Amino acid sequence: MSEIENVSRRRFLTGGVIAAGALVLGVRYYPKLMAGKKVPDETNADHATLHPSVYLGIDPDGTVWIVASRSEMGTTSRTTLPLVVADELDADWKRVKIEQAIGDRRYGDQNTDGSHSIRSFYDTMRVAGATARFMLIQAAAHQWGVPAAECETDLHVVVHRSTNRKADYGELASAAAKFPVPPKEEVKLKPKSAWRYIGKGEVSYDLEALVTGKAVYGMDARADGMVYASVERPPVLGGKVKSYDDKETLKVAGVRQTVPIDPFKPPPAFQPLGGIAVIADNTWAAFQGRKKLNIAWDNGPNETYDSDAYKNELRATSHNPCKVVRNIGDADAVFAKGGKTHEADYYVPLLAHAAMEPLVALAEFRDGKATVWAPTQNPQAVQDIVSKELGIAKEDVICHVTLLGGGFGRKSKPDYAAEAAVLSKKMGKPVKVVWTREDDIKFDYYNAVASMYMKAAVDATGKPTAWLQRSVFPPIPSIFDVNAVYGDAAHLQQGWTDLPYDLPNLRIENGPAKAHVRIGWLRSVANIYHAFGIQCFTDELAHATGRDPLDYLLDLIGPPRTIDFKGVEYPNYGASMDAYPWDTGRLRHVTEVVAEKFGWGKRKHGKGTGVGIAAHRSFLTYVATVVEVEVNAQGEVRIPRVDTALDAGLVVNPEATRAQFEGAAVFGTSVVRTGEITATKGVINQSNFQDYPVARINEVPAQTNVYIVDSDAPPAGVGEPGVPPFIAAFCNAIFAATGKRVRDLPITKLGLS
Amino acid sequence: MIQLKVNGVEKSFGGEPEMPLLWYLRDVLGLTGSKFGCGIGLCGACTVHVNGQATRSCVTVMRDAAGKEITTIEGLDKNGLHPVQKAWMQINVPQCGYCQIGQIMQAAALLETKKKPTDQEIDEAMAGNICRCGTYQRIRLAIKAAAGEMA
Repeated sequence: MSEIENVSRRRFLTGGVIAAGALVLGVRYYPKLMAGKKVPDETNADHATLHPSVYLGIDPDGTVWIVASRSEMGTTSRTTLPLVVADELDADWKRVKIEQAIGDRRYGDQNTDGSHSIRSFYDTMRVAGATARFMLIQAAAHQWGVPAAECETDLHVVVHRSTNRKADYGELASAAAKFPVPPKEEVKLKPKSAWRYIGKGEVSYDLEALVTGKAVYGMDARADGMVYASVERPPVLGGKVKSYDDKETLKVAGVRQTVPIDPFKPPPAFQPLGGIAVIADNTWAAFQGRKKLNIAWDNGPNETYDSDAYKNELRATSHNPCKVVRNIGDADAVFAKGGKTHEADYYVPLLAHAAMEPLVALAEFRDGKATVWAPTQNPQAVQDIVSKELGIAKEDVICHVTLLGGGFGRKSKPDYAAEAAVLSKKMGKPVKVVWTREDDIKFDYYNAVASMYMKAAVDATGKPTAWLQRSVFPPIPSIFDVNAVYGDAAHLQQGWTDLPYDLPNLRIENGPAKAHVRIGWLRSVANIYHAFGIQCFTDELAHATGRDPLDYLLDLIGPPRTIDFKGVEYPNYGASMDAYPWDTGRLRHVTEVVAEKFGWGKRKHGKGTGVGIAAHRSFLTYVATVVEVEVNAQGEVRIPRVDTALDAGLVVNPEATRAQFEGAAVFGTSVVRTGEITATKGVINQSNFQDYPVARINEVPAQTNVYIVDSDAPPAGVGEPGVPPFIAAFCNAIFAATGKRVRDLPITKLGLS
Repeated sequence: MIQLKVNGVEKSFGGEPEMPLLWYLRDVLGLTGSKFGCGIGLCGACTVHVNGQATRSCVTVMRDAAGKEITTIEGLDKNGLHPVQKAWMQINVPQCGYCQIGQIMQAAALLETKKKPTDQEIDEAMAGNICRCGTYQRIRLAIKAAAGEMA
C-alpha cells in the first residue's frame, strides 16, 4: 500500500479532517484487492513502528494510533474504548489518533449492540495499552542499562527518576518493537489511583467534526462514478413483484434505468426485501423516478395482518395458560383460595427506530470482490450477507464503517447494505442506495408488539401472596426461523424471567405469537414492554392497597440478596453470574438514592401534577427513575423534572453516560407519547414524522438529573438501561396526576398528548 | 440557468428547477454538511440560511433559490468557530451528531433576531428540529451560552 493510499484511508476513516464534499472514495483501495490478497492489514496501527496489538500502534513521531473496532452511533464508544487503551499506555490523549476498523474477525465481535462495548472490551483495551507500555519500558531500560523495574511512565515518556533520564514514546518505538510481545500474565495493569482517563472521561474524539459538518456519515459517502438508487419494496412482508411498468420512470430527467431486486427466500433475516430499484444520477432523480413506477404486487400471506385483530389475538393468548418460564411455590393454589386479587392487561405496540439518518449504503462490486461503506452497527454481518447475496467469500467483502446518524439497533441489520451490493453487481459500478424516511418507517425491524397479563393476590398489608405474569409477543428469532413463536431466553431475560421481587408464589409465563413483520432489536428491546408491565402493575397494586409507591416497591424488592435462577434459563446478557450476579441490593440502593435526590414524599404536588417511580435492571445496570408530570385540563402532559440514579459498575466516561441517560428519557418520552406503528392488510400505516412523531424540544423533560452511583463492580451497559424505567415511571406519574392508568401505549389512547 | 450564491460564491445551475436545494448542495456541489432526514420539512436536519433566514432546504426548490444567498454549515464561519458551534462543543451537545448541523443553523438564525431568548422562545424556535438521541436539554444550555458570548 502506498503512502497516498494510507493517507486517503486515514482521512476517510477518521472523518472530519477534510473539507466536506472533497471526499471521494473508490479505486484507490482496489489494487490491493485485485492482487488477490485477503482482507488487507491496512490500519495505520498495523503499519506503525511498534505494533503489539491489532488495536494500536506507535510511530516514531510519537503518534499513537488506536483502532476503534466498535461503531459510533452517538454513545461515544469510539472514544471511550480508545481512552481505556490510552490510560493503560499512559499516553497523551492529544497525541492519540483514532482510526475506525473495517469489518474483520481479528477484532472479535464488532456488533455494536446490547450496550456491551465497554463491558466486553474493557479488559482487552487495558491489556493492549499495558502491553505497549511494558515494551516501551523494556526498551528504555535496555538503552539506559538500568533495570526495567526502576523505570516508570509519565504521560507519553518513560522516565528513570534516579538518573533523571526520560525518553518520549516516539523515540522508543523502534527499539521497543524489537522486544517480544509479553504474555498477558506478565503485563501489569495500573492501579485505580494511577488512572488518568478512566472514570474521568473525555468528550467525543469527533466533537469538532460533528459541529462543523465535516463528520462523514453513511449518507455522505461518495465514490468515483457512483450512481444513486431508490428502491420500491413490496409493501407487505414477503410480497413479490407481479409485473411492473417503468415507462414514466425512464422519462424523468436524471434516471438511468430500473433494476429488479429478487424477493427474499424465507426467513427474511438480513436479505434485501426485493422490489424495483430506480438508478439515477442523483438522489432526487431516483426518488422522483420511483414515484412514477407502476407495479403490480403479489402480497402473499401476510396480507391478512391487521394490528387491531392481532392485538386481540395476543390478549386472548395471554388470558390462557402459556409456557411456564419460571416458577416459585404455587400461585394457582393461592388464587384458588379466593381473597383479594388484582389483574391488568398491558400493551405496547410495534415501535420503529427512526434514527435521524435514514438507512443508506454505498457498495462497489468489482472483479469478484465487494467494498461497502455503510453506517452499520455490525460490519461483520455486512460481510456475511453481502458474501451470501453475491456468492463470494466473506473475505472478499470489505466493509468500511462510517459514522452512524443514530442506530438504536436498526443498523445492526444490514439489509440495506445488501441491497447496495446486489445493485452494484448488476450495474457494474458503485451504487449508493438511499432510503427515504418513509422507507425507514415502513421497512423497519420493529420492536415487538407485546401484550402482558398480570395478576396478583394480596394480603392485608397489600403484599402479594401470589403473582402471575404472562407475556405474548412475536419474537426476534422469527426473522431467522419462520416457525419461531415463543420468546427466547435472550429476550425473556430482559426484565421478565428476572422479576426481582421477594415473593413466595410466583409464576412467569410466555405465550406464542407469529410474526407478520420483521421484528428486531430497538434500544432496550424487550425490557421496554416488560418493565412497563411489571413496574406499572406494581404501582397499581400500591395504589389499590393504599401504600406509598416507593415504600411498596422497596418492600417487593425485599432484602439485599442474589437472585437464584435455578431451573430458569437466564443468560444474564452473556455475562457470568459470578462477575455480574443479579443483586437486589443494588436495585434497592439506586431506588433509595433517586428517591432521596428527588425528595420523594417531601414535595407538594398540586392538582394535575404527580410523580411516579420505577426501578429496573437491564444490560447488567441497575436504574431507578422518578418522573414528575403536570397535566392540564386539555390533557396536555408536561414533564418538569426527571431524576434517574444508576449503578453501572465502573463508569469509564461519566459525561457520556449522563448524556445517554438524558437521551434515554427523551427516547422514552417518544414511546409513551406517540410511539405506535400499526398495519392494515399487512401494510404499515405510518410513513414519516407526521404520523410517527418523535419527541421534540417542547415535549421532553425540562430537566433530567442523572446520578451515577460509585461502584467497584465491573462495567455494565449505559446506552439502553435508562429507557425502560423512565417509561414506567412516566406512566405512573400520569396516574398520580390524573387518576388515569396507562395500560395501552401510547397515551394518545387515553386522550392525553 | 439559475443563479445563486452559496457560502459567498456565485453558482449557476442548469438542472431541474424543481430539484430541492438540499440535493443540489449535497449531490451536485458535494456540500454534505446539510443532512437529509425526512424530505418533507418535518425534522430540520437540512436547515440552511436563505438570505439569513433558517430554511428547510429539502422543501426549497432550486427555482425559489434563484438570486438568493445560501449559507450552509460549511460557510457559517470559516474556522468552524461561530459562537453557536463553540457553545455546542463547550456544552458537549452532540451524540450521533446527525441532526446537529440543522440545530446549529436554526440556533444561529434565532440568535440573530433574539439576543437573549427565553426557554419558551428557544422551544418555539427549535421545535422544528428533531434530535432522536435526545440532546435537547444541552441544546437549550448551549443556545444560552452562545447568547451570552454574542451579547
